[in-house]
Order: sequence, then structure tokens, then C-alpha cells
Amino acid sequence: MRKILLSSIIIIIGITFIGRLSYLQIFRFSPNQVMEDPAIKAIYDYPERGYIYDRNGKLLVGNDPAYDVMVIPREVKSLDTIEFCGLLGIDKEKFIKSLKKAKTYSSRLPSVLVHQLSKEDYARLQEKMRKYTGFYIQKRSLRYYDTSSGANVLGYISEVNERDLAKNKYYIQGELTGRTGVEKQYEELLRGRKGVQYIQKDRFNRDIGPYKNGSLDTLPIQGKQISITIDKVLQEYGEKLMVGKRGGIVALEPSTGEILSMISGPTYDPSLLVGRQRSKNYTKLYNDTIANPTWDRSILAQQPPGSPFKALNALIALQEGVIDENTTVRCYNGFYVGRKKRGCHCGGGLRNMNSGIHKSCNAYFAGAFRKIYDKYKSTDDGMDVWEKHMKSFGLGNYLGYDLPYGQKGRIPSKEYYDKWYGDNRWSSSFIISNSIGQGEVLATPIQLANMMSAIANRGHYFTPHILKKIEGKNIVNPKYTEPKHTTIERKHFAPVIEGLADVYRKGTARWIQIPGIEVAGKTGTAENFTKIDGVRTQLTDHSVFVAFAPVNNPQIAIAVYIENGYYGSRYAGHIASLMIEKYIKGEVTLKNLEKKMLEKTLEHEYAKPYSGKEFKINEYVW
Amino acid sequence: MSGKSVLKRLDWLTILIYAILVFIGWLNIYSSTFTEADQSIFNFSTLHGKQLFFIMASAIFVVIVLALEVNFYERFSSLFYLISMVMLLGLFVFGKTVAGATSWYDLGFFNLQPSELAKVTTALALAKYLSDIQTDIKRRKDQLYAILILFIPVLLIVPQPDPGSALVFFALIFVIFREGLPLYYLSIGLFLILIFVCTLMFGTIWITIGLVLGLILFLLLKRKNFKVPVFQVAIACIATILFSLSVNFVFEKVFEQRHRDRFSLWLRLEKDPKKLEEIQKTIGYNTYQSEKAIESGGFYGKGFLEGTRTKGDFVPEQHSDYIFSTIGEEWGFIGTATVVILFTMLFLRLTSLAERQKNDFSRMYGYGVISILFVHFFINVGMVIGILPTIGIPLPFMSYGGSGLLFFTILLFIFLRLDSNRLKESF
Repeated sequence: MRKILLSSIIIIIGITFIGRLSYLQIFRFSPNQVMEDPAIKAIYDYPERGYIYDRNGKLLVGNDPAYDVMVIPREVKSLDTIEFCGLLGIDKEKFIKSLKKAKTYSSRLPSVLVHQLSKEDYARLQEKMRKYTGFYIQKRSLRYYDTSSGANVLGYISEVNERDLAKNKYYIQGELTGRTGVEKQYEELLRGRKGVQYIQKDRFNRDIGPYKNGSLDTLPIQGKQISITIDKVLQEYGEKLMVGKRGGIVALEPSTGEILSMISGPTYDPSLLVGRQRSKNYTKLYNDTIANPTWDRSILAQQPPGSPFKALNALIALQEGVIDENTTVRCYNGFYVGRKKRGCHCGGGLRNMNSGIHKSCNAYFAGAFRKIYDKYKSTDDGMDVWEKHMKSFGLGNYLGYDLPYGQKGRIPSKEYYDKWYGDNRWSSSFIISNSIGQGEVLATPIQLANMMSAIANRGHYFTPHILKKIEGKNIVNPKYTEPKHTTIERKHFAPVIEGLADVYRKGTARWIQIPGIEVAGKTGTAENFTKIDGVRTQLTDHSVFVAFAPVNNPQIAIAVYIENGYYGSRYAGHIASLMIEKYIKGEVTLKNLEKKMLEKTLEHEYAKPYSGKEFKINEYVW
Repeated sequence: MSGKSVLKRLDWLTILIYAILVFIGWLNIYSSTFTEADQSIFNFSTLHGKQLFFIMASAIFVVIVLALEVNFYERFSSLFYLISMVMLLGLFVFGKTVAGATSWYDLGFFNLQPSELAKVTTALALAKYLSDIQTDIKRRKDQLYAILILFIPVLLIVPQPDPGSALVFFALIFVIFREGLPLYYLSIGLFLILIFVCTLMFGTIWITIGLVLGLILFLLLKRKNFKVPVFQVAIACIATILFSLSVNFVFEKVFEQRHRDRFSLWLRLEKDPKKLEEIQKTIGYNTYQSEKAIESGGFYGKGFLEGTRTKGDFVPEQHSDYIFSTIGEEWGFIGTATVVILFTMLFLRLTSLAERQKNDFSRMYGYGVISILFVHFFINVGMVIGILPTIGIPLPFMSYGGSGLLFFTILLFIFLRLDSNRLKESF
């Protein structure tokens, strides 16, 4: 026992050490530790971020140089604080506070002392900088916006946070990254790739020479200049019309799927999120949870689409062969679901497809909808067929466009209703509201625009997208160039489009006609509710309008969704007509409509639920 | 006896391992003090140059040690011990202070560290005392004398202050154990260390709960005819709890913050990441940096002279106490495992050599050598790889330092000289 005691201890310790070393050097070792190695300093060379142009080559976003005053606390020697503060344009307390903060972060790594000096301050400071050891000026480039529009499309850039750093190893503290919109989606194109030079250092932070003779160093790769599909003029015009209104507008080019404009109201000037005031402005925008300016309604707002869905139900009924264009339905200023009457504003009488569409008859489409279901043995089968047709228009799922955010919308399935009502405990009359775009269906403005694009193309659409060119070359991506076919045959589109054109000629939108342009459109008026103090309260209807034009050679498909704008041809219809004219003619002749839209706001509607008083909805006063 | 027969009977395996370790040590000292400007090997103004000089000096001493008569060491061991104690005492008057510790004599070309010498002489003196025909280790009085031999150098070295070197002398207790000191001393010692660590990690309350649960379990499982010595068990339990309480007291009131920090770093007591980072930057800086350096070496290492952290001098004292981290960074797991295996082989070889001695003095001295070398290895590597608190003692044969290399060499080769004579019953 005594003889083997020491030997055993020796062996146990030997094994323990080997174990610990294998933990350290094999298990915990990760090969790319160059970044964490305090003995290696990386000096970065940042390429300029790519510019963003519109579809016609007009500049949207460029860069502006900015100058940060940096400090390395341990290199700071005694200095004339008052003079230096004067040069920096800050007071002494702030200077001391910033310096302290920098010291807490790290005494050997650089921190930003003063963010983004103006060019004038920089010019004054530059010559005298040499006097202040431990301080230096770092040139950065800031985004410069050549437009006050498109904040939601363009997005913005800001410093990476902990989460970004954890997610993507490329970034280091203090770098910028795209946050929303195109800046986020095409971050890697725009950003380029920073160059890096590794320097071997000693414990005193002195450079000893290049690490591994520079064999790991890289040169920066320039950021790419890109063009997006947005039409700057149309985008700016749309935003001007949206002032004082909430909602979304999306305009597409049906023949390509290119997004001509994407407007969300209310919005903000993208320049607000640049420079020294960035975080203050962002907080202000972010905290406005009522108007929600940072929420892109054009792609995120899922709302009941209302009557535009009648066009789709007409197409489905035709495809299923349950009606033809001459089938008639009598409207009793409404229709009956069991013994309950549902209203209609079309005026009543015998309706065929054409007048059903252009007068927006609820009874006609409720009838057509029922017939689709009656064709099949069970409601379940009918539901499946209806859902399949609807989804072929890009509804009820992500469209697949190249923007970082999106919503699915909703096309209900039989499972959805089974959950609500129980298996086999519902029938087509339970879900009849879907025939007129109310009920359980939801869609975003971009989905509605895409739906119109598919109708305009008589049966197919191209996935909407925002990227047009990289470095002047058109993008080639089969995802966007191959048509997506709907389940409706081409021949069924003609009568429906004729009905939609009649909406403009003699139907619900006849008073917003554009001289010289044939438009196919559909109004929509969507009921909606909110909760006030826990009580479900109806608000003024949403105003919806979808259209494409010209009818025979569609150049633009558009969806306009104005919250609480009342009936379809009012706000939404006005704005749609103005935008179509602006895009096709390049100028606006509908001066009356334009004047009205520029002057009117809906702020009084939006104030109603918060007024604390009883209020009326759907008032006719303009 | 002719010199030739000594060479024949030397244990060449031990010498081979020794030589390899010295060579690896020097290579890494060269690397950790390497600068682009000065790449010459024989430059005595550089640390690796000096170390090379010490290696050659050691070789000369090896020859001297082997040339001397075997009984010289036993006969004069008391005198050597006395001389070294006087030298330790003399430090209080003539000592040279380096980095806060008065541990050296300045001999002009060379700083002599008498505590290194004392390790050799104490091992000799202890072996001599224990092997004396009149000593009976079963007797309390003789136990006390034996322990006193270790304690005198400890008392002289602690105030230098050099607690790390002082600690090493306790390792010689292994020799006394080998020769018959009751093992329950060791058990009690280990038990107290366990209670100490557990108190810091879990607190006195959990120790009490653990004791009570243990007792209950014991009572349930004990054989029927086993009588429990109730009184003794109760006393032991109360003593344990009192000890645990006193640990708390000492830790909070007697220790200084830096000591507490060392322990909290060692036992991973600090859970607050901010405070932990603070400790890593201050008191735990060395350990943290050396751990990181070793880790960054990976399996294959970064290659000779390629260690970035070594080049950047991030690990303080890397050529001396932290030489092992250079090996870790530049030679990777292959290097560190090789060194650990070499040391383990050396110790096992020496143990088997010691056990085959017919002469008591030789065996006891052999155990002294193993104890001293092993405790250096254990504490040094344990510290560098972050499983023991920071205690500044060198890695034998490898760390930079003249006195260290010289006296570790002498320590080892005296034993090899004794071993070469093992077949002769008497001197």
C-alpha cells in the first residue's frame, strides 16, 4: 500500500492533466481564433457601400462622408480640455463622460468619442488633431438619400447589435448593417467585403510587424451599385397622396412582376435615420404605436380584401363550369342565408356576370359561390377546390418577393373551419362571406396587386420583385422570369375583365375615369372592427381599390388600401386613378381629384376610437 | 571504484528523459524570448543564452556529483542542511530583492537562490534522520523531529515572502509516509482539504446536511453486530462543522481580497460574468492568458516561433513559471501531452529505482527527490492549465532560472549516483 501510494497519485495526476489539456486544446479549440487573439490586430479597410438607383437610373441612395472622433484611452496624454472641447463642439461634462465610457469599454481599443462631425467641424479640427495624442479621426460613410420617399422600401442601416454579431461572424462591433427593406435584403451586395490586414502586436499593444507576413490579409471588395424596380417619380407621387392617410399601395408591372412602387402610410423621411439624430428619431418613430410609421403596410397589413375578391370568385365559378357569363341571379337588395337576410347595395334586380361585377352585387356572388360548393359531394371537397384556385393567385401564402418581410394573408382551408365549427358541422352558408371578400379571407396590398397582375395577364403572374440591375446589368433569376400559372384557363378571363372595365365605364368607379385610358378595376369596401375598452366596435369601412391599365396592354397593376376611407371609389379609387395616370401619361390631368387627395386627410377618422366619445361611422361628408 | 563502472551502472533512461526535458525547456525559452532582432543562440545577454550557460554549468556539476564518493552525501548531509539554513537566514541581511521577494544572493554574474539549494539539503537531511538506526517513526517524538526538519526551511522561506517555494517542502511528508507515518494523517489532511473546498463551493449548511445524510445512510447499511462509537463520531462531526465554520471565518476575515479572488477563480465561485471578467483582467490575468494561449494551440500547435500570444508576451513570466503555456501554444496537444507523459515516466521510473534500493538512506532520499520534483510538476502545470490556484513555482528542468536548473539537476543526479551503488550493501 505505502509502496504504490505515490505511484498511483503520479498516474492519476498525469491522466488528469492529459484530460484537462485535451479539453482545452481539442474540445474547446476553434481554429479561427485570429479575431479573438489579442496578439493580432486587424486593420480594416471598408469599401464604400453601393449606391441604389431607381428603375430609370435616378439616384435614390448614395453616400456622404462623415467623421467620427475616436479615442484610445490609454494613449491619451494630458491636454487642454477646454480648447479641445471647443474644437469638438461639446461641453466639458460631456467630454469627460464620454471619455470615461470609452475607458470602461476598453482602455486599449478605440471608441467613438464624438459621432459624425459636420464637415465644417472636421475642417477646423483636422489641422490641430496632431496635438492631441490618443485621439484620431475615423472617416466613415453615411447614407445620403436623394429622395424623401421610399423609407419602407429602401430600409436603413445601423450599427450591428449583439444578436447580429452572434448570428453572422462577418461583423464586428461598430460596423453597419442593413436593417429593413432593400438595405437588409441586399446587404451583402451593397456592403461589399471589407479588406483586412493583420498586425502582430506585443503585450504593450505595440505593432511588431505583419502577422504571418501578410499571408492572411485581404483586399476590400467594392459594394455593388444596384437599381431597383421602383419608379422614383411614382413612389414620390404616391407618398404625397398618402399624407394624412393610413394604408398601403402597391403597383406592379404585370408583364414582369417588377414592383413600381410600394407605399405605406404614414411613412417618414429616410434621412431621419441617418446621422447624429438617428437613435432619437428612431425611438420617436418606433414609439408611435398608433400610426406605426415603421410598419410597412404595403406588405405586412393583412386585411379583409372586400369586393375585389368577387372577380376571383367569378373566375373560379367559370372555371368550375357552374355558371357562364349569362347565368343570372336575382338580387332582392340582398340575399338570404337560411332565414337571415344579408344586404346588397347594387340596386337589386336580375344580375348577370357583367352587371354583377360592375355593380358589385353581393347576391350574385353569394349565388356563384354556393354553386361552386354545390358541384361537389361534400363541402370539404368544394373547399379544397376553392382553396386551390385562390392560392394559385399567390394568396394565402408568402409571395416570394425579395424583401425581408412579409405576411401570408389567409385563405381558409377546411381544417381551419373544422377547428372553428367542428368536423362536418359547417356548410357553404357558414362561409358565404368569403364570396365577397369578407369573412375569414385576408390579404396584403401586395397580394391584391399581384392578383390584379394575374388577371391582367389573363392567367399568370411573375413573382413580384424589387431588384432590377446589379452594376447596370439586368438580373437573370428564373424565379422572377418564369410565369406562375393560375388554375384558371385563359378563356375565362375575357368576361371578367369586361366586367372590370365596365366598373370604370359605368359601374361603381365611373366618376373617377381617366380620360384616354381604359382601366379595369374593382372597388371594395371592407367592414372592420376594433376593440374599445374591450367592446367590439365597428369602424368606418376600409376603402379598397384594385385595377390594371390599359385594359388591352396592361402596363400597371395596382392595389390601394386606405384604412377607414369608407367606400372603394372614394380614397382608394381616387388615388389609384391618379397613380395610373401619372405612371402611364407621366402627368396628371385629373386636377380635381388630385387637389382633393392632397387636401383631405383621414386623421379625424383615426382619432375617433381614441376620442373616448361615441362616434358615427361611414359618414358621407367629404 | 572506477569512474567507468559508475557510468555503466547509471540509469540511462532517467538521464535520457532528463536531457529531453531540458532540451524542450530551452527550445521554448528561446521561443518565448525570441525577437527578430537577435537570433543568435550564444548570446549571454539574452535569457536563452544565459539558460544555455546554466545547462552547461549543470553538466559540469553532474560530473562532479557523479565523481564524488557515495557516502559523502550521507555523511555530510547534516552539515549541508545546516549550511543551507544559515544561507536562508542570511537572506534577511544580505538578500537581494527581486519582484518583492528577498530570495537571492547577488553573486554578480548570477543570482543564487538558496531555497533551491535547501530543497536538496532538506531531502538529504530527512533521509539521513529517518534512516538512522535509532529513529523509530512509530514514535511521536521521532515523527515530530522528522516534521521539524521540513518545517525549519518553511519558516525561513515564508517571510521572504515566497510561500510557493515553502509549500514544496511539505511534499517531503511523502517520504515519511513511505517510511511508516500512519496513513490516517494523510486521510485527515485530505479530508480537511475536501471540507475546505466544499465549504467555499457549497457553504457550511450543505456540509452539515451532507454529514447528517451520510450518517443516516451509514446507520441504515451497517452490519448488525457493528457497534457505533457514538461519542467519537459525534466529536468528529462537530469538529468538521467547526472547521467548516472557521474556513468561512478565515476566508472572509483573514484572507485578503486577492487571495479570495484566486480561490474564487480556481473554484469557479464567481457567477457574475462582469466580476469574473474583472478578476480575469486582474488577479486571474496570468491564468486566463496562459489558458487561452494553450487553448489556441489546438492539437498540432502553431509551430515553433509561431505562437502569436507568446510573441506578443501576453503571458507574463512565460519563460519561467509559465513555460508550459509556450509549449501549449506552439506545439499543441502533441507537445503538452508529450511533456506530461515524459514527466510521469520519469517519476514512475524514479519510484521503481527508489524501491529497488537496498540501502535505506538511498531509498528515502529517492522518495525525497520524487516528492519534490512531482509537487513542482503538479502545482506548476496545474496552475498553468487553470486547475490550481496561482502559486509561483518553476517547472523542473524546463523553466528559465539558473538556481532552479542547477539544483534540480544536482538533486536528481545525487540520487542517480546513490542508485549506481545500490548493489553494494555498505559503503
